[in-house]
Amino acid sequence: MRKLICIECPRSCVLRVDIQNCRVVKVTGEKCPKGRDYAVSEVENPQRVLTSTVSTSGLALKMVPVRTDRPIPKDKILEAAAEARKMKLERPVKVGEIIAENFLGLGVNLIATRGVEF
Amino acid sequence: MTERDLIIVGAGPAGMAAALSAHENGVRDILLLERDQYPGGILNQCVHTGFGLTYFKENLTGPEYAHRLIEKINAIKEIEVSFKSFAIKLTREKELTFIKPGKLERLKPKALILASGARERTREMIHIPGERPAGIFSAGLAQKLINIEGLLPGKEVVIIGSGDIGLIMARRFILEGAKVKAVIEIQKQSRGLARNAVQCVEDFGIPFYLSHKVSKIYGKKRAEKVDVVKIDENSNEISASRFQIECDTVLISVGLIPEIELIDGLDPVSIPGLFICGNASKIYDLADSVSRDALLAGKQAAEYIKSI
Repeated sequence: MRKLICIECPRSCVLRVDIQNCRVVKVTGEKCPKGRDYAVSEVENPQRVLTSTVSTSGLALKMVPVRTDRPIPKDKILEAAAEARKMKLERPVKVGEIIAENFLGLGVNLIATRGVEF
Repeated sequence: MTERDLIIVGAGPAGMAAALSAHENGVRDILLLERDQYPGGILNQCVHTGFGLTYFKENLTGPEYAHRLIEKINAIKEIEVSFKSFAIKLTREKELTFIKPGKLERLKPKALILASGARERTREMIHIPGERPAGIFSAGLAQKLINIEGLLPGKEVVIIGSGDIGLIMARRFILEGAKVKAVIEIQKQSRGLARNAVQCVEDFGIPFYLSHKVSKIYGKKRAEKVDVVKIDENSNEISASRFQIECDTVLISVGLIPEIELIDGLDPVSIPGLFICGNASKIYDLADSVSRDALLAGKQAAEYIKSI
């Protein structure tokens, strides 16, 4: 049995997860269906959404906040963050606009979470 | 002096929600004062997710949460937003003085909502002995430097206190390539949400010391190291447990206090038509709760204006 704290919402449910052969067979303690999904993902293929910032050039904001539009493998987070640090945004973007497609070949896009103009 | 129906101080998650609610409840002349040049308040520097789960039923980042509110505000012509506008004085008669570039204005609204948020508690408020070198930041200031200004305040960080902003910043420093050497919490458990202890500290293998405190900060020009000591049930230091951590940066994350100097010397409860909401009223864990509180303030302000 493994104890996990669900990170899907601020309730932070304590999940008790039964695992057999690296697979989740039973979850208890969750207060909503997201808890079960989180437990399965966290045990079998842990993932996180990356949120960071990208520097700009010639735009009204020095930094544009970004995130991956879907979660990426947890063990890729540091590499993805390092990649975001190297980037420079030089064109205006709207909220939700893609800044980097198929980011790091992970099958997710890096999107702006704030709009920025010249 | 110009009369206005409703003035709201602060265009963050509280002020914007209050304006929308007041409008929905019939107020047609609303002035929103914001000291920054953009709306959104602290949401703009909170680039992490976890916002909007109750208010928008979606998991948003701070800037995305702000954007949802800003779009609604911009669509309503009866809500005027005045930027770089800083409220400096409020009288018992609800006369409000504020400054903006090149201007000092005095207005008398029928109702006034204070949605001015909170500020961070400082090192001075928790009495950490030692020297006073550069490199000591409140967690939210470090957040602003990194996420808004693009400046990394340091490379080797010790975080004092486990408030949510401190936990969030532990991860943020790691993602920016810095090293976070420890989070030190004087209480037996994390002060911030458990989910943040997991995804911001545990995820990155950062040592998290509970029932420990920083007993001294060292550094001539720049922070150099801190003394850390375990404390017992009665909050006494256990001297034998003392150890040192080298660092160039110390973050202080020990909670927030309402930023309400505007009502210093006033008894807000005795002033009809004055409402206080969001973190200016009490410190909430979530922006969603702040906005919910502000919806009520907007409604009450609307009812007050109708009643006079």
